[in-house]
Parts: sequence; structure tokens; C-alpha cells
Amino acid sequence: MIWKVVQQIAKAGICTEAAPDIGDVSGLEPSHIQAELLSILGDALSIREVDTGSCNGCEMEISALGNPYYNIEGLGIKFVASPRHADMLLVTGPVSRNMKMALKRTFDATPAPKLVVAVGDCACTGGIFGESYATCGRVDKVIPVDVTVPGCPPEPIDILRGILMAVRRRVVARG
Amino acid sequence: MKIPGLDLEFVALPAPVPVFWAQVTPAQWQAAATAVLEAGGRLIALWAGKAIKDIAASAGGTRAEAIFCAYATLEGLIWLALPLDVIDGRCSYPDLSGVFPASSRMQRAAAEMSGVLAEGARDQRPWLNHGAWAADHYPLLQDPQALPTPESGALTDYPFVRVEGDGVHEIAVGPVHAGIIEPGHFRFSAVGEKILRLEQRLGYTHKGTEQRMTQLPAQEAYRLAGRVSGDSTVAYAWAYCMALESACQTSIPPRAAWLRALMLECERVANHLGDLGALGNDVAYAFALAQFSRLREDWLRACKTAFGHRLMMDCIVPGGVKADLLPGGRDALWQRCLDTAADVRKLFEVFESHAGLQDRFLVTGRVEPALAAQLGMTGLAGRASSQSWDVRCDHPFAPYETLKVVMATHARGDVGARAAVRFQEVTESIRLIERILNEAPEGPLFCPLRLPEQPSRGAGWVEGWRGEIVVALELAGAEQANRIERCHLHDPSWQNWPVLEHAVMNDIVADFPLINKSFNLSYSGQDL
Repeated sequence: MIWKVVQQIAKAGICTEAAPDIGDVSGLEPSHIQAELLSILGDALSIREVDTGSCNGCEMEISALGNPYYNIEGLGIKFVASPRHADMLLVTGPVSRNMKMALKRTFDATPAPKLVVAVGDCACTGGIFGESYATCGRVDKVIPVDVTVPGCPPEPIDILRGILMAVRRRVVARG
Repeated sequence: MKIPGLDLEFVALPAPVPVFWAQVTPAQWQAAATAVLEAGGRLIALWAGKAIKDIAASAGGTRAEAIFCAYATLEGLIWLALPLDVIDGRCSYPDLSGVFPASSRMQRAAAEMSGVLAEGARDQRPWLNHGAWAADHYPLLQDPQALPTPESGALTDYPFVRVEGDGVHEIAVGPVHAGIIEPGHFRFSAVGEKILRLEQRLGYTHKGTEQRMTQLPAQEAYRLAGRVSGDSTVAYAWAYCMALESACQTSIPPRAAWLRALMLECERVANHLGDLGALGNDVAYAFALAQFSRLREDWLRACKTAFGHRLMMDCIVPGGVKADLLPGGRDALWQRCLDTAADVRKLFEVFESHAGLQDRFLVTGRVEPALAAQLGMTGLAGRASSQSWDVRCDHPFAPYETLKVVMATHARGDVGARAAVRFQEVTESIRLIERILNEAPEGPLFCPLRLPEQPSRGAGWVEGWRGEIVVALELAGAEQANRIERCHLHDPSWQNWPVLEHAVMNDIVADFPLINKSFNLSYSGQDL
């Protein structure tokens, strides 16, 4: 069996692609991004994902960031199980009233300096669900948002771009 | 169409699947449930119908016109309607949870959404309303043109069932989960590592989907239907469009039906690939996750080449499909099928011969066929527990009558069985996709729908990757601009969430993520 596994790994090869271009960055190679993350956070970037009522389309595309093509861990970014370990929240969905308190508590539990990226049309604008008896609408009605990533759902590469943009803005703001 | 022992006048709805509608009395409502169960049928859905003016009530009161249920039988889908009356200031109907346990949560949801009460039901705790809006605010009885925005209230505590005894402790998980998944709350009662009881509390992603439906024009609501559960966007869009086409008495052009089936099978493969990788990951087999997530990414990219969207959202539209296969799409899918089939075959062998993986998969999260039948387990998870139902095989409509789907089943009912069914279904769907790519007829992709003058109803029934999706639609007549009076969207997760509570009993807490993943149920689909 192990021979089959080795064969399969060799056949598939390394399919990781370059990180996306976010415009004003000189070097985009993974080592550069890692160095940048280190300079800002003193550590690798840890993200807590919070679904506040999405249809799960955004979750699938966020999960895809972990596949060998985007290889997000290779860039020094990982998803963590607790907001207390996180530098960034990735929030999806129109905030349902049933999730409003959970989102606020997750935000409060995240240590500063923290970043919030709203992923998907629902999180950016309320999307097709809008505001109603059941939803509060876009994420920034409940917690402050640093970067929005529109799309229904946005593709993994756009989500990755949004994550890098949020980090980059923090660097620029600090001078 | 006949239910044994009952004299009902059935109306066959014009749909590609056999759907029969009939009105019943309260006595027949219960007798029908028992008769369907005895004949081997299942309850699919239970929901309250459109809002009407309540003549008895004071100014402006509304109530639900009827309570509906849908049964799956060997002859087709039976849609029963029990007209409601207001007695002592409330609408009630006889409880069905004694016959079909799966109806319990559906009845609780109908009570909150439409103010209808299941008389005699044991469990009447709120389900979707966590206190964020007033208990006497019934979202589906509001006027869609003048929706009020009720005050946001404080969330209330939920009376979980307490397990008492020496050494019993509770573990509360969620709503924000550790992984990249949807929110929900799980309350475990455990002794040491062993799970004595699991109780779920869902509804966290409730976003008023069915009320929103009533605000959208019928021709455009397919977009919302496609966002009930993103992983099943094709199945939902098809079921909604089938319901609308059924209400309009229209049949779609053959090529459109073949392309819809192509997308549905692509969606099935994409989800199964993702799940097989995640199942490997949950038993710490990173190789499986890396391989399957790579295959899934390749697959989604081919879908984008063929249809313009990785998840194929908004590609199915009322009357047909939005566009033909894009240039290069056929070749991309063809190549993907060849490569995926070869790799999945190899990975299947690796899974089968990996002792550590099999040790975690076998007899974990087991649902015996008898229990599965009793609880009405459905879809992919049901087929892994000998519940051999698949709309594509039971009531094959175009193009499935030509393709002749071979149903995948398993009798062991554990995590391993659910993985095995996924492997079989990936292979079968790839075979179907290859046939569709070769044999799909040429012709128009779309035929315009003419919405009927009179009020009408329609139903759609599609086998999504997780199980059957049913959409029941009530349209107003032309004098009310053909607005959607009620659209119920049913996800198979309604049936299978309660089964999961049974599946984990006596397993250890650490196996819960694996068992949960092997079901992979939709939160959004059941929370609506």
C-alpha cells in the first residue's frame, strides 16, 4: 500500500501556485509574504472563520484555500479553532439575529490588534437575503470590518487576496 | 394513485416526476400517515401553506390556509393538504410525530413560522426562533409588501434534556465551531469519553429565506433557491425551476434537461470528492485530504470552464438553462472525468487497504437499517443504511430514463459504509457525465414560461448529492401579479440531523467530528 501512496504523491507532483498580486507589493514570493506577516504580527497569521448565516458556499471556497493549489499554510497563514488564538476573523453570511451575539463575543474574544475580513456578497452588503426579522444584514452593522471581499461566493484566490490586503493595510497604516 | 383504505381524489400535477395532490380531513390526515408507513412510504416534508385573511379575526388578521405534508411512495410523491380552521383562537392539526418521528422538528418550525399547532405533539419547544424576534410574530403570515421589522430581542436559553447519573458530564460545542463549517450547537452528555446522548440545537443560520421568497418575482426567485444550501445550489435551482415549470404546465427542451443533469452530476462528484478528503483528514490521514482536495479543485476549475461558475450557481433558470456548455467546456469535463476516475480508483484501493483508517471507519457511527427505516433516514446516508431510495432510479425523468442510474447502497450503516457509497457514486456519476457529454441532444436551451392566469401550484423533486430536495410552490393568479404566495424548500438534512443524534450514541466524543462529516448535513438548508 505504501508504494501506491508514494506513487500517487509522485504522480500528482507539486501543484502549488504563486500567491495573488495585490498591486503595490514588490516581492510576492512566499518568503516575502512570510516576512511581512512576521513584521506585523510577530508571528504567522492565524485566522478564525465565523459563519454568521451563510449558505455554506463561502465556506467551501474558504476551505479550498487549504488545498495544494493555494497552499495557504505554505504562506504562513493558518486557520485556528479559537478566536483567542486568532489575529484575523474571516466572517461570512448576512449576520443572522440568532448569530449576532455569537459574532460579537467572538470579536471580543479575539486579542488586539485584530483584523476583520467580510467574505462574500452577504457579508459585504447583506446580499440576496438583505435585512429582515431574521437578519441584521452586512457584517459591519455588528462589528467593524477592515476589508470586504465581494462575490457569490468569491473564488479562493480573491479571498486570499482580501486576506493579504488586510494585512498590507495594517503595515501601511503603521508606516 | 391510491392510499390503501382511503378514498381520496388525487390530482396529478404536470411535472417530470409523478406528483399527486389531494385534500384530506383531519381523520384522513392521520389515517394517511399510518397507511403510507404500512405501505413502506416515507414522510418527506411537512409545512404550513400560504397566508390568507382570517375572516373570524378582527381587522387585518391572517392565518395559514392549510397544513401540508409530502410523502414518498413507490408510485411517486403524494402532497396532502389539510385545510385549517381557527378554533379557540388558534389553528391546529393532528400530530404526526408518533407515526413519523422526522416530522417533529418540521412541526415545531411550522408553529413558529406560521402559527399552526400540532395537537398532541410531545415536543413543542421553539426550534428556529431563539428569542431574536417575538414568539407571536409569525414571519410567514406577514404581508410581503409591507413587512414589519420587529424589535430584536435577547436570545433565550434552550431547555436541553438533562442526563443525570454518576459521572455524567455535559460538553457544549458551538455555535461557532472549530473548523471552517456552519454554526450550530451540540450538547453532549458523556461518561468519560463515551457519548450517552447528543442533543442538537440548530437554527443559528435562520435568515428568513421562505419569507424572502414571497417578496421575489417567481421568474427571479431561482437565485434565492440556489442559495438555500450553497453545496446543493444546482439541485435547489433545478427543484425550484421544476416546481415553477410544473405550475406553468411547461416542459423544458430536451437539451436543457440533459445539461441540468450534467450539472447535477458534476455537483455530486465535487461534493463527494471534498467529503472523502475530509473523512480521511478526520482520521489524521493527511495524504487523503491533499489528494482529494486537489481533485476537487481540478474538478471545480473544469466546472468553471464549462459553465462559467465553479459551483454552477445561477446556471439553471426557469424554462431551461442560462447557457450552453462554454467553448472548451466539453473537453475540460471529459479530461477531468478520465483523470478523476483513474485517481479515485487508486485512492479507493489505498483506503481499503489502510488498516488504521479502516479501524476508525468500521462500526463507527453505526445506524442499523431497521433504525434508519424507523427514523426516515434519507439520501446518501440513508442508502448507506439500506434505505434504497434515489429519485433518479425510482422515478427516472429525462434524461435519467435513458441513462439508467445504478443505485449505490450499503447495509453496514457506519462511517465506512457512507464513504463506500460516496466512492460508488463518484464512479457512477462520472459514467453518467461521460454519457451526457456524448449523447446530449442538440436543440434549444430554453423555452419562455407563461405564468398562469389562475392561482396554481407546482412541485419539484430532485436527487441532490445529499438526498432529495423538494420544492413546493403556490403561485397567485395574474390579478396579483403572479406573486409567490408560498414556497417551501425542503432539505434532506431535516430527516438526517435527528438520525445523527442516534448514530453517535456509545461512540466516543473524539469520533463525533468523523461521524458528523460522514453525514455532512446542511445547517443552512434546514435553518432556512
